[in-house]
Amino acid sequence: MNIKENIKTLIIKKPLKLDCGQTISNFPLAYETYGSLNNNKDNAILVFHALTGDQFVAGLNPITNKDGWWSFVVGPNKSIDTNKYFVICANVIGGCMGSFGPSYENPKTKKIYGTDFPVITINDMVNAQVNLLDHFGIKKLFSVTGGSMGGMQVLQFVSNFPDKTKTAVPIACTSSHSAQNIAFNELGRQAIAADHNWLDGKYTSKNTVPDKGLAVARMAAHITYLSKKSLQEKFGRKLQKRDNLKFGFDADFQIESYLRYQGSVFVDRFDANSYLYITRAMDYFDLVKQFDGNLSNAFKNTKAKFFIISFTSDWLYPTQENKDIVIALNAIGANVGFVEIESDKGHDSFLLDVPDFLKALKNFLDKSYTEQ
Amino acid sequence: MKSEYKIITDIIEANTRVLDVGCDDGTLMEFLKKNKNVDIRGIEISKEKVQTCISKGLTVIEGNAELDLKQFPNDSFDYVVLGQTLQAFINPEIVIKELLRVGKKAIVTIPNFGHWKVRINLLTKGTMPVTKTLPNDWYNTPNLHMCTIKDFVSFSKIIDFKIFKSLALINKNVSTINNSNLFFKNLFAELGIFLIEK
Repeated sequence: MNIKENIKTLIIKKPLKLDCGQTISNFPLAYETYGSLNNNKDNAILVFHALTGDQFVAGLNPITNKDGWWSFVVGPNKSIDTNKYFVICANVIGGCMGSFGPSYENPKTKKIYGTDFPVITINDMVNAQVNLLDHFGIKKLFSVTGGSMGGMQVLQFVSNFPDKTKTAVPIACTSSHSAQNIAFNELGRQAIAADHNWLDGKYTSKNTVPDKGLAVARMAAHITYLSKKSLQEKFGRKLQKRDNLKFGFDADFQIESYLRYQGSVFVDRFDANSYLYITRAMDYFDLVKQFDGNLSNAFKNTKAKFFIISFTSDWLYPTQENKDIVIALNAIGANVGFVEIESDKGHDSFLLDVPDFLKALKNFLDKSYTEQ
Repeated sequence: MKSEYKIITDIIEANTRVLDVGCDDGTLMEFLKKNKNVDIRGIEISKEKVQTCISKGLTVIEGNAELDLKQFPNDSFDYVVLGQTLQAFINPEIVIKELLRVGKKAIVTIPNFGHWKVRINLLTKGTMPVTKTLPNDWYNTPNLHMCTIKDFVSFSKIIDFKIFKSLALINKNVSTINNSNLFFKNLFAELGIFLIEK
């Protein structure tokens, strides 16, 4: 697929020293924007995407022909109102929607990087994306926001660039990936590695894809994004287009069929090696350790106004982990608000039509914008 | 605007840092922000009321004062306000101590259970008093530890905090409570307002 023609790309010339020790330069960062930058250049919001997201936040994604991943949130008159704000979102480095990642060709070897691509971190991702500010001539963003891994990038961004944003809204995230988080990611990575088409990451050169492994990784992860209650209500023990059990291993149950479908559509738009790299970046994320066990120190130089949002049924990044961020901010007298949104929809709540969430986000942004 | 809020606003000095514990829909926070230019934060247990506060542009944390005051360092606020909720906590002693740890000063208001109507109510009817300031029945009231103005004054001696200012609210009029008028204020005040310090 020739995706390049629909993708805006910024070539970052400035060398970027990665946490792994390697330095990269002249690398592409794919991005998309929505709304328009005002004359004062003070209405920009940098949105960070989650594990399997991309730069196509809203409207129709030109690659998948589906709605952008945050269509409920971003758009005219929505929570992030594109009539008012200039929204920028970049594909993370390590990703597969046009930014520098494992599916790029290594200029030295003329081969696809695959697992020769350097291991990247959340820190590297935000250090790459901050270049977008210079590109647009923005001195200070109005806000940075994102859910899940996007929220982790929000925390890292504010910590790295304390003066570059007025507000910060990390949603459904954590300051440090837990053992359970790492465990689920490892399950996904092992599923990919177990696919005989993975070929140690060199599948592209052999014209094949480890789609079975990647689909299983997606299926397992998908379960962690939902709550037990929502699964039970939506599927229960309902059978898939049959009246009785078939005493075999077809998808008898609707939930099986649903997960298989989720897996199958995912492999069409996502690269298996990118999945390995991005989950690794999430696992390595530990802002607490980076600041010697005191998360408050990550934010001691910022005057940004924070608003932290969690969801009642999110068991992947539960309320307490979001609250730990609130506690760290309060310990240094930072300006921080917090709300836990009632929702049955699990971790995925931040992507869905959850009215209380949409309302809280809109009110926070709009009120903060008029006050600035 | 509740008279209680006006009295609290009069006590608080301008340009200070204030925490409103149990900030409800943020009415007092807004009033203080506007009139005293304070840097104000709120804690509120109800999700719905937190949403209202956000819609007013107020910085509020959803939380429970009994559990969530812990996160604030010592003396992080000039004033901590606790309006009419002391009686609803499981352990008012811990809450008062936490208020005075987090704030240099605290303003605590209490609905006065010593008010004559409450007393008459119990004396004549023989049932738990239901009045305008205490509208709930015994089985559905959030109030676990009702006290009188006199009780609160004694409480200051028992758990050792200083009362700097004691005010009584009687029919929207404010007056000072002192040792010689305590008996009468405890009989006629609907609300006691106290400025306290460690």
